[in-house]
Amino acid sequence: MPKRVVTGNEALILGALMADCTHFFGYPITPASEVAEAAAHYFPASGRTFLQAESELSAINMLYGASSCGARAMTASSGPGIALMGEGLSYLAGARLPAVIVDIQRAGPGLGNIWPEQSDYNMVVKGGGHGNYSNIVLTPASVQEMYDFTKKAFDLAQKYRMNVFILADGYLGQMMEALEIDSSPEINKRQEWALYGDKASRDHLITSIYMSVEKQSDHNKLLQAVYREVEEKEVDWQEYNTEQSSILMIAYGITSRICRSAIEQLKARGTEVGLLRLKSAFPFPKKRLKELSASHKRLIVVEMSSGQMADDVVLATGNLAVEKFLTYGGKIPTVAELITYVEGGPQW
Amino acid sequence: MVNTVQVAAKSDSFYRCFSRKEENQLTTHYCPGCGHGIIHKLVASVIDQLKVQDRTIFLSPVGCSVFAYYYFDTGNIQCSHGRAPAVATGVKRALEDAVVISYQGDGDLASIGMTEIIHAANRGELFTVIFINNATYGMTGGQMAPTTPLGEKSVTSPTGRSFDNDGMPLKMAELIATLEAPVFVQRCSVTTTKEILSTKRAIRKALENQINRVGFSFIEILSPCPTNWKMDPLTSRRHVNEVLTKTFPLKNFKDIQRGAKASKGEKISGQELMDFVAVSPLKSRPAPAIKEHKIIIAGFGGQGILFASKLLATCALIENYQVTYLPSYGPEMRGGEARVDLTISGGTIGSPLIEECDYLLALNQTALNAFKQRVKRGGKVFRNSSLAPHESDLDEIALPATELAQEHQVPKGANIVLVSALLKESKLFTLQTLKEALEIVLEGKEGLTGNLKLAGKAFEYIN
Repeated sequence: MPKRVVTGNEALILGALMADCTHFFGYPITPASEVAEAAAHYFPASGRTFLQAESELSAINMLYGASSCGARAMTASSGPGIALMGEGLSYLAGARLPAVIVDIQRAGPGLGNIWPEQSDYNMVVKGGGHGNYSNIVLTPASVQEMYDFTKKAFDLAQKYRMNVFILADGYLGQMMEALEIDSSPEINKRQEWALYGDKASRDHLITSIYMSVEKQSDHNKLLQAVYREVEEKEVDWQEYNTEQSSILMIAYGITSRICRSAIEQLKARGTEVGLLRLKSAFPFPKKRLKELSASHKRLIVVEMSSGQMADDVVLATGNLAVEKFLTYGGKIPTVAELITYVEGGPQW
Repeated sequence: MVNTVQVAAKSDSFYRCFSRKEENQLTTHYCPGCGHGIIHKLVASVIDQLKVQDRTIFLSPVGCSVFAYYYFDTGNIQCSHGRAPAVATGVKRALEDAVVISYQGDGDLASIGMTEIIHAANRGELFTVIFINNATYGMTGGQMAPTTPLGEKSVTSPTGRSFDNDGMPLKMAELIATLEAPVFVQRCSVTTTKEILSTKRAIRKALENQINRVGFSFIEILSPCPTNWKMDPLTSRRHVNEVLTKTFPLKNFKDIQRGAKASKGEKISGQELMDFVAVSPLKSRPAPAIKEHKIIIAGFGGQGILFASKLLATCALIENYQVTYLPSYGPEMRGGEARVDLTISGGTIGSPLIEECDYLLALNQTALNAFKQRVKRGGKVFRNSSLAPHESDLDEIALPATELAQEHQVPKGANIVLVSALLKESKLFTLQTLKEALEIVLEGKEGLTGNLKLAGKAFEYIN
């Protein structure tokens, strides 16, 4: 089993290669540019397509074209670029095309800065474009997961014919860790609905327009049924120390690791704190959170945003006393701050 | 029973019956006198002539021709407003043998989709664009288009298009022809028999250019819109011939021949792909239970901060430890400062951010001043002896790293000297492990021998 030290951004592309992704379309933006750079390095040299698009709008539409033809295709950007892709994401969802999109989050709003935030949560988890649709959203917390989740993303995207996001942040993208590459590269299969420029697929149509109210309504119902199935089957999370804890932290991505370090130190100081780390933000681990809410005195959401994910925690648990430890602008919560906060007792 | 004579058969590339429109429909949704019907016929007939019906993928835009997929019995993709050239790029990059037609109107192509068309044309994408210029937004109800001539009235230019407010009509064929990549650019119309035949020849030429991988072709077709022009069909044809052609002259702007564009290479997969991405596998050893070591490595960009950090990370990997490597990035790096937070541990690493470190490797004065406060009690600083000593009671090891490196003909090797000192002093990894790591990190690069030798000497230098 080959093992190597790589950045999270490179791990995404290695995962894509192993998933038989053949097309990458991207536009430079810090801190996601290295994803495109890795694709430019690996893709053409292995008979795949890397194309630097003229804009994020074009990148997502190139993805729409390649995906229409059954190719496994992806793009990567950061908040401002993902916002531009909103239109394309909605069309992809409407046309039921599989797509893998990476968001290496930076601070906003506007140009903001290039340091990590988790403030694209609503944009990515709640859709990003117009209309009723959902994206599957995977939230890695290590370089290994950047790789593993990308591989998984391509399978999920084809299985459910929908957008799958990898929602990471600047630190996860730039950080290096050991990566273990499994030794079974996948081979993409012919999709029964796609266009191949041949007789068998000639009558296929990729579209998101249904002029009749009845048909558009049915199409929406079909999409919703797919999303409900996804909610039932694909929800993923990890728990740490939740059996003995009376305080629960809820986090995802880089902040979940800081929580884990704080929890270890708190344990040594005699306070038992548990952690629920999201591995998927859509679907959201609603049921489990409701159970944990009943067995914990305090729920503390640690998030580098204004509490966008915390809203989902409140919704899932019905607990209005959810505490929020929030940071902005690229400021990362520190272990020391978290310990002080937890030991200081509830503050709301 | 009336005897009828069929003078022109319906193309095979059209559906017999337009069921996608509605059951048993035989007519199109276009208005009487509209140019789309004629142009659709020409395109379908050329697809038949070239025998590429199965290979054709037709891209319909947003506009009146949004429903072109009702009629063309080919592969069909409906695109968002203006983006068809980007979609076509994706299609053609996925299916090199497909015959891809991007059919777009003036609002779609020349207004909202200007970026996509210019860049696709400029890349010389191997698809064909049929651009319908009727100088109006048809589907949304006759608003001013980027191609509306000066003085023409529309619902959003009720007193006529004015240069002062709206600028000049865009001449797309002329614009595309200025690019070097396109091979064939022509403006035609469908308002006289002669022009219809000429348009058909142009469409054929454009598709042949695509099939032969010669290059990008662009055909602009002036097309009447009687409904929004508020004219009867015959008057609208005269309007094209007498008014529109004054702004948009009918002519061939470009027709060049070029060698075929190269195809994509063979795709690598399976074991060959594994070999392509894999470096030599690192051997697996049981992870020793060590405490967490937090190391900050900092200095100027160019002093090998990232290299030294990668070397330490690779040592950790060889010994089967967990490791996180968090570099500074973006403008911070361009400002000249480089820093890495490196954590090595026998167990799972939580936060990769270092608030307090066990070791600081400071390669310049700025780094030493900036990070010395972060060194824990009992921690150590490793620095070049040329730097000014700091005044705290911290334990530090100062050594003539630059001189030692120069002495051994590795002028930029101060980082290797400091890494060696750290390893020797902390007993974190052996010289043997460092040498293995050097071989991995420098595989296929210059300077391996010099660096190996220098590492050995530095280990000896520290007693």
